Amino acid sequence: MLVSYNWLKNYVDLGNLTPEELAEKITKSGIEIEGVEYVAEKSTDVVVGYVMSCEQHPNADKLNLCQVDVGDQQLQIICGAPNIAEGQKVAVAKPGAVLPGNFKIKKVKLRGIESNGMICSLKELGIEEKYIPTDIADGIFVFPEDVTVGENVDELLNLNDAVLELDILPNRADALSMLGVAYEVGAILDQQVNLPDEAVTITKDNAAENYISVEVEAADLNPYYGAFIIRDVEIKASPLWMRNYLMAAGIRPINNVVDITNYVLLEYGQPLHAFDYDKFESEKVLVRRAANGETMVTLDDQERTLSEKNLVITNGKEPVALAGVMGGANTEVTAETKNVLLEAAYFNSKSVRGTVKQTGLRSESSTRFEKGIDPNRVKKAGTRACLLMQQFAGGKVAAGAAEFDELDRTENVVEVNLEQINKRLGTEMTAEDVASILKRLKFDFNQGGSLFSVQVPTRRGDITIFEDMLEEVARIYGYDNLPFTLPQGAGLAGALTIRQSLKRKVKNYIEGTGLMEAMTYSLTDEVDIKRLISPEISEHKSTPVALSLPMSEEHKYLRLSILPEILQVLSYNSARNQTNLGYYEVGSIFVSDEPTVTKQPDEKLRLSGALTGKWLEQPWQQEKKDVDFYIVKGIVEGLFDYLKLTVSFRQAKIADMHPGRCAVLEMSGQTIGFIGQLHPILAKELDLKETFVFDVNLEIVFAAYDSIPSYTLIPKYPSVARDIAFILDEDVNAGDVKELIEEIGAPLVNRVDIFDVYQGANLEEGKKSIAYSLLYQHPEKTLKDDEVEESYQKIVASVNEKFNSYVRS
Amino acid sequence: MKEQLEAIQAEALERISQTEDMKELQDIKVAYLGKKGSLTGVLRGMGKLSKEERPVVGEIANKVREVITTAFDGKSEKLEMARLEQQLEAEAIDVTLPGRPVKVGGPHLLTSIVEELEDLFIGMGYEVREGPEVETDFFNFEALNLPKDHPARDMQDTFYITNELLLRTHTSPVQARTMREYKGEKPVKMICPGKVYRRDTDDATHSHQFTQIEGLYVDKNVRMSDLKGTLDTFAKKMFGEEREIRLRPSFFPFTEPSVEMDISCKVCNGAGCNVCKGTGWIEILGGGMVHPKVLEMGGYDPEVYSGFAFGMGPERIAMLKYGVNDIRQFYTNDIRFLKQYHKA
Ligand SMILES: [Zn+2]
Repeated sequence: MLVSYNWLKNYVDLGNLTPEELAEKITKSGIEIEGVEYVAEKSTDVVVGYVMSCEQHPNADKLNLCQVDVGDQQLQIICGAPNIAEGQKVAVAKPGAVLPGNFKIKKVKLRGIESNGMICSLKELGIEEKYIPTDIADGIFVFPEDVTVGENVDELLNLNDAVLELDILPNRADALSMLGVAYEVGAILDQQVNLPDEAVTITKDNAAENYISVEVEAADLNPYYGAFIIRDVEIKASPLWMRNYLMAAGIRPINNVVDITNYVLLEYGQPLHAFDYDKFESEKVLVRRAANGETMVTLDDQERTLSEKNLVITNGKEPVALAGVMGGANTEVTAETKNVLLEAAYFNSKSVRGTVKQTGLRSESSTRFEKGIDPNRVKKAGTRACLLMQQFAGGKVAAGAAEFDELDRTENVVEVNLEQINKRLGTEMTAEDVASILKRLKFDFNQGGSLFSVQVPTRRGDITIFEDMLEEVARIYGYDNLPFTLPQGAGLAGALTIRQSLKRKVKNYIEGTGLMEAMTYSLTDEVDIKRLISPEISEHKSTPVALSLPMSEEHKYLRLSILPEILQVLSYNSARNQTNLGYYEVGSIFVSDEPTVTKQPDEKLRLSGALTGKWLEQPWQQEKKDVDFYIVKGIVEGLFDYLKLTVSFRQAKIADMHPGRCAVLEMSGQTIGFIGQLHPILAKELDLKETFVFDVNLEIVFAAYDSIPSYTLIPKYPSVARDIAFILDEDVNAGDVKELIEEIGAPLVNRVDIFDVYQGANLEEGKKSIAYSLLYQHPEKTLKDDEVEESYQKIVASVNEKFNSYVRS
Repeated sequence: MKEQLEAIQAEALERISQTEDMKELQDIKVAYLGKKGSLTGVLRGMGKLSKEERPVVGEIANKVREVITTAFDGKSEKLEMARLEQQLEAEAIDVTLPGRPVKVGGPHLLTSIVEELEDLFIGMGYEVREGPEVETDFFNFEALNLPKDHPARDMQDTFYITNELLLRTHTSPVQARTMREYKGEKPVKMICPGKVYRRDTDDATHSHQFTQIEGLYVDKNVRMSDLKGTLDTFAKKMFGEEREIRLRPSFFPFTEPSVEMDISCKVCNGAGCNVCKGTGWIEILGGGMVHPKVLEMGGYDPEVYSGFAFGMGPERIAMLKYGVNDIRQFYTNDIRFLKQYHKA
């Protein structure tokens, strides 16, 4: 809502407050002012001039040579505007004047003839183009005849007016009108509100009902409809002050009748609509639901197909307006209009909202109906508009209005008591304080000691319960005046849950290994929704959860894997010459097992990461090393070690992964994720070099985690280390051999490590050597050499037998 | 004989002091104190002395041995030190070469802010609660006093999955869920951080996905002044002790009265500048006293219980605190952007 400071002054005394000071006060009391703008940038020395003569420039077809009286002197000015004519009163920038944009007016010669000043258009005076009436969009502005020659134009054109931009939240529909803002400012400044004149002179012998009748078939959507008749209007420009206020409020003036409906709309917050009575083609207004498939052409010349959800105004036969949204082209007021049928009605907000949503037509009128209007102002606004049409369109107003009226105009009564107010706010107000605030708000009330029974005016339909009134009292009292206290309730202990602190631990660990946390979108596209889904999810028949009305193809599905998003991050960075990258994210995937989603999907927490490029970037001591499978595996193994959980890796094939370099993670036989190299084809598609990923189901990991680790004795008997190297076929997995050693060596062998893998010179083709280091230890005794030797030999024999290997000497 | 011993001592001391070589020093030691050394030789001749002379000369001879030994040990240590020093000098390395690199990652800026806020409110007795990102219409709207067709639903344009399922537009449904879980029987003091979604086109100030932290305190006798005091404590801890807050009336369907909180602008200290658009204040969060209908739907009797709630956006806090000027930067994860904000 744009509020003109000068216009507002007509209703409430603003004292010496500057627009900016007023804005600050309004903001602090409840309605945020988003900005204060001026109608025009400042100009100097622009006055009203009288065009005494106007002839064509002897040397230029499109220029006119004018003699202009500006009061204190006569100026010869060359003007190129098409609408300049002798006898006009115009805005003249005298030589030396400065126009907006720091445009200085000097004496110049145009095609050999001197020009001493400039005749200005509204645009040149700094008014925004979109508010300038279309008929003078390319021309100069012409004043009404009654202005005084030589007078400064600033005030005449309201150029110095400030406009406050109010951000109106849904509860304050009352402030979508000048009167509403006046009541608000009146309460803030403790000032009276001066109401506009509604005393229309009527033609007594001629009632509106003689011209029109009103029937409403949908009283639920339209509880009040008033039809006013104004005859013999003269369509012309509205008075200058009205045009000024409309332009300041962001509305382009059109003609007096239309301007008046807009002016009253802004003044009362009541939308009005003027029909050309002679085009109405009946003497009856019938308001009804549209028939399915019925069509009408609206004022913007669009044909609209309607349904029974739309409320329409008809002439008994066909629609003439979409109720509360837009009029029809067939009954539009034009320059030829003589008789006006003026509608002042109350349309239900849900009905208007529905039509707005369906048609996409949102206007100053529909916005007000949608947010709710004041039932007590509907008819008053109609009367006010009639008065203005009488005054500024020369119309004869028929008596009364043809009406349908089932409107509820009851005022809410809200009870509040002082103790309740102080208890809830933490204040120490007195009954006098509360009474004074209610008076400032212009709310009628009955007071019995500390108990107040407040009669809420219908303009404040948002106030229905104690808490609403509490807010009114608090904001006029001033939020600044509330004390600072801390809750008195018994102290509660706050702490992270085990799951929350575990999540932090996992993230800290991963960051400690050199990875950067990414935060990516949960919504993904058609392609990524199918990629890199961990087997335990994809085997589970997960249905992608899709938005019913996505905004774009890019963000359509709720992800089933975080990895595609992380890979996008790698791509983004590597396209910017950042090639050595490691990212991870802990976040949810959304799994549904319904064929058609009807219930909330399972949100499963996962840890996913991806690495590419050099692992160590500038190691001068050692070889620069690319990220490889084992670096990623080390990170994952470290995590499980840190959480004291056992994980195993099993070679596997997963779509989009390198078929030979991929493993699933298993915990107690259950798949809980995977690691490996991204398939080179996919890597290439993403413009990435060799890329390695990991993906862990944190739900299963967290469920297995034991926050209190079991206590094990530190062994006090000495350990014995034995090394052993096997020559194996190259396709034997080191892990399988290790598992066998552990199995055979138990319980004496307490730990097995791989310390060397060799393939190449000195070994036969197709063979490799893997060296294991075995640690023998017994919890209760010192092991004897022969016990160790016996176990050792048993291991050698078993491995050689199973894997067709031999011990390297 | 006495003269002979003194001469040996003088000569030995002279030679020890002269030498700078460990090997030579060893030789000198042998030459005087060894089995065939000159002192030993003299002592061997003691048998020829009289009974009276013998102890006197013996005593002198022991003294000489002691003096020479001490001198030898001293010199030996000195030479050893010199040798070690020389050796260590030779072991000098180039300390200006870079150290062996250790990779250090780090949290996302938003995580840092969320965790800072979590810790701050945990310290004030709040628990941290989480909830689903795919919510029901009931918990996202209806339980928060936003019935279907409520005009304020337009304030939060929503991604729907079905008529009843949607992506939560705020983390407030976690509050509704927690109240129901606590069955109106005990105080609720919680914050809920998490991802939220709105139908917005991504640009410098809008993101279809962003994070939010909301707080809720429901108890007997909770006052609006408690909200003001709590927010003041939060603002000072988060933005600095010298910051001031102001509350302005606002509107949210789930609170009444509702507030918007501003903090005094750090850049201009309230004088007005570009950052605060000349007002001296910067909007940080919204909140208010929990609407009685929300309490009721959560199972709390509004006649007995009252409460306050507030909500804020970590992105906005990051933008203010660190001057990030485009919300999309949080989600593109440019390594150069993320690394800027890492510090211990
Ligand atoms: Zn500032």
